[in-house]
Amino acid sequence: MFPKFSLRSMFHGAGGGNDIQWCFSQVKGAVDDDVAEADIISTVEFNHSGELLATGDKGGRVVIFQQEQENKIQSHSRGEYNVYSTFQSHEPEFDYLKSLEIEEKINKIRWLPQKNAAQFLLSTNDKTIKLWKISERDKRPEGYNLKEEDGRYRDPTTVTTLRVPVFRPMDLMVEASPRRIFANAHTYHINSISINSDYETYLSADDLRINLWHLEITDRSFNIVDIKPANMEELTEVITAAEFHPNSCNTFVYSSSKGTIRLCDMRASALCDRHSKLFEEPEDPSNRSFFSEIISSISDVKFSHSGRYMMTRDYLSVKIWDLNMENRPVETYQVHEYLRSKLCSLYENDCIFDKFECCWNGSDSVVMTGSYNNFFRMFDRNTKRDITLEASRENNKPRTVLKPRKVCASGKRKKDEISVDSLDFNKKILHTAWHPKENIIAVATTNNLYIFQDKVN
Amino acid sequence: VAGGPECDVCYWLVEDTQEKEGILPERAEEAKLKAKYPSLGQKPGGSDFLMKRLQKGQKYFDSGDYNMAKAKMKNKQLPSAGPDKSLVTGDHIPTPQDLPQRKSSLVTSKLAGGQVE
Repeated sequence: MFPKFSLRSMFHGAGGGNDIQWCFSQVKGAVDDDVAEADIISTVEFNHSGELLATGDKGGRVVIFQQEQENKIQSHSRGEYNVYSTFQSHEPEFDYLKSLEIEEKINKIRWLPQKNAAQFLLSTNDKTIKLWKISERDKRPEGYNLKEEDGRYRDPTTVTTLRVPVFRPMDLMVEASPRRIFANAHTYHINSISINSDYETYLSADDLRINLWHLEITDRSFNIVDIKPANMEELTEVITAAEFHPNSCNTFVYSSSKGTIRLCDMRASALCDRHSKLFEEPEDPSNRSFFSEIISSISDVKFSHSGRYMMTRDYLSVKIWDLNMENRPVETYQVHEYLRSKLCSLYENDCIFDKFECCWNGSDSVVMTGSYNNFFRMFDRNTKRDITLEASRENNKPRTVLKPRKVCASGKRKKDEISVDSLDFNKKILHTAWHPKENIIAVATTNNLYIFQDKVN
Repeated sequence: VAGGPECDVCYWLVEDTQEKEGILPERAEEAKLKAKYPSLGQKPGGSDFLMKRLQKGQKYFDSGDYNMAKAKMKNKQLPSAGPDKSLVTGDHIPTPQDLPQRKSSLVTSKLAGGQVE
């Protein structure tokens, strides 16, 4: 295939940058540096149309933003995202039997495709998945016979005529209500949920098991993967992420802490402990170190929209796998290779265990993932060009084009470069999302949500 | 690995050719770690982390454990490690002072323009 090149880079000169010029659009959240734990963003997800953008946080809250309708006159930028609904999804719980506190942190949000006027999403913490219905109310009945408008009951003896109540317009109210609660099916901590392409079932995965649910049924689920060893002392790997194939309703994958991905076919057997395919890149044994297994642990796995490829994120890289080839990835992108010589301190401060997510753009041509110092990276699969950008309030003006960043790994630091030792490892971008159709991205820093768009001329 | 002149990987490749033969950055880091923590397990970062991961979650205690620990403390000082550092409740029984406060009221997220507490 010939690499795609954009007309823009032909006329404006390649300039070392990507074809796309990213601009600041909006930032949500508090400005202050003192971050309350509850405000730490733990998941970000666009819905299927891209009109809605949901975030979950450590405090168990969900905030949904809605893109305003495009202003046809002002075609400088696409619609802004404004708060549409916010609700408390999960609350802290206590398991008295095991003497354990169950965190209310929202681990994942997944949207259902829209079937009627209401929107539905699944949100999960470590133990319980909930199906939420988000619906609009813009009319209310007025003109009751027995009630005043403020709700007080009228004295029936004063009623002399009858009238039919009518619906009158009211200010838009968006209500969120829990429609299903899927509980008590996970002994370990849920890391993933994924809705099947049949739109009737979904899977939930914890460290050792994967369960299959029907969206209508809350009192039972089927266990489809169980990697718990009979003797826990023999435990060598855990499940880190799982996802259904976007088109084949019988296929799903799960990744492990050892850097492997297993593809399973639910038609093969009820319990998919035996994989249909095992994706693993062979390791050079002479390169092995204490850190090898830790940094090979896969923190996220995402199918491409086409379903032909899947992407995995481990500590230092992003890999693209062709589902037809199990023995190695077809593409590997280094996210922050300069950290390889910092692994000792990253182990000591626990950063080596940070779980970065990754995402595809709508056409599967560019992939994105986060890094430290509020940097995030994009890799164009066609041009093989990559870019590092920063989510910072310094580039606050709308339509300001973001300046590419560069990290200097060793020795001579050029002007505008930042040295590895100056990176702030507390500023990590773990969660990013890409609009399914447009070049609009949502990037979460610790407690702020940034929205960037490509420059529209 | 494909990468244009802007790609970070080039810095690492340049460094590699200048490295002493056989010493990769990762191995050097491993040596640093082993020097600091000689008792670190022989097995490469494996099941210790897994067990820690599986047991994530604030562990509390019952009054029996607490009173036993208090009795022991009369004889020797127990190390006051933070709860996340220990793999199992084991030696260290958390005391009420060690435990983080349960959250009180639940306020609106600041992303939605919630009140600053």
